[in-house]
Amino acid sequence: MTNVTIVDERTVASVDAELCGEELWISAPELARATGWERKPAGICRGAVCVPIPPLRESEFVRPDGSVNVVALARHRGQAVVHDDTATVWMFGNSDEGRQSMLGSAAAPDFTLPDVSGHLHSLSEVCGKKVLLAAWASW
Amino acid sequence: MDLPVWQALHEELAPRGFTVITVALDSGGAADAGPWIAEAKPTHPSLIDIHHGVAELYGWVNVPSLTWIDEEGTIVRPNDPGFAGEYFRGMMEPGFDFAAMRTEYQHLKERYLAAVRDWAARGRASRWALPPAEVRRRLARPNPDHARAAAYFRLGTYLHVQGRRAPAEAAFAQATALRPESWAYRRQAWQLEEPGKSGGPEFWAAVKALGDRPYYPRQDDL
Repeated sequence: MTNVTIVDERTVASVDAELCGEELWISAPELARATGWERKPAGICRGAVCVPIPPLRESEFVRPDGSVNVVALARHRGQAVVHDDTATVWMFGNSDEGRQSMLGSAAAPDFTLPDVSGHLHSLSEVCGKKVLLAAWASW
Repeated sequence: MDLPVWQALHEELAPRGFTVITVALDSGGAADAGPWIAEAKPTHPSLIDIHHGVAELYGWVNVPSLTWIDEEGTIVRPNDPGFAGEYFRGMMEPGFDFAAMRTEYQHLKERYLAAVRDWAARGRASRWALPPAEVRRRLARPNPDHARAAAYFRLGTYLHVQGRRAPAEAAFAQATALRPESWAYRRQAWQLEEPGKSGGPEFWAAVKALGDRPYYPRQDDL
């Protein structure tokens, strides 16, 4: 077992994991505690989101003892996974669902970001208005 | 800096059911972007994106980058450089004509703001509003290298905040190698490495290395 930090858009968690090449196996209780993902009949779920396990490929994702390969799960959701040189910090990129729907329909993907005071704002709050979305930077 | 221009445009067009949202692609967060925001006194949502996540989502690789979204939440122009232009490129050369740069800047700015006003007034009937097929054509296809670049950039940001500078720089180098066309990744990484480096000799050498290629590619005459 190795202690690693896993980071995604919602969580930063320190977990005990089994590192196996580029795969990361986490026991079911540890996974639920640290990330909220758990095995359910519908698949591997967090809140309302369930990722069904493809038939005949269960062994890529779940072991008989219930531990889960979180890298395989992320890959399956279209997330890129990278880590630092020492493989102690693992970054899970965003799933590409927003981008996929944008390419199909030209629908602007929603996002939520803080203002300078830390208050959160979402694109969806201004639905019904024309929006000029402008990127700038201080650098 | 563009922020006061966007704020003025917001004030002018807000009565027409229009809003500006500005996003600072600034991994230094409020410490870096805050002074500029305070100066501009925005009444529009003025947001800070330390991970450059909206850039990833919308396919932006530089600043400024501008996206127009209509009342239904449909993109009508995905990615323009606005009134930024190539006019700055010779700035470090002896004998550079600053007056000509200012003239070109004014010209591009007036043209771009006129286009936004036209769209605010006429919506889809504006010649600047693109049909969905053209919007889709301009949006970059999903690309595993870009997704990995974005993940490495987030990793770099995370490690930087943790004070782990060398691993952060290694992660930023991966991001830049996987998406070399992103000036935002490259310049942000330089800036975190050393304040001022984003506009230092490395930057100017990289601009020079573009040769005939544009720093701000445009897809039409806007």
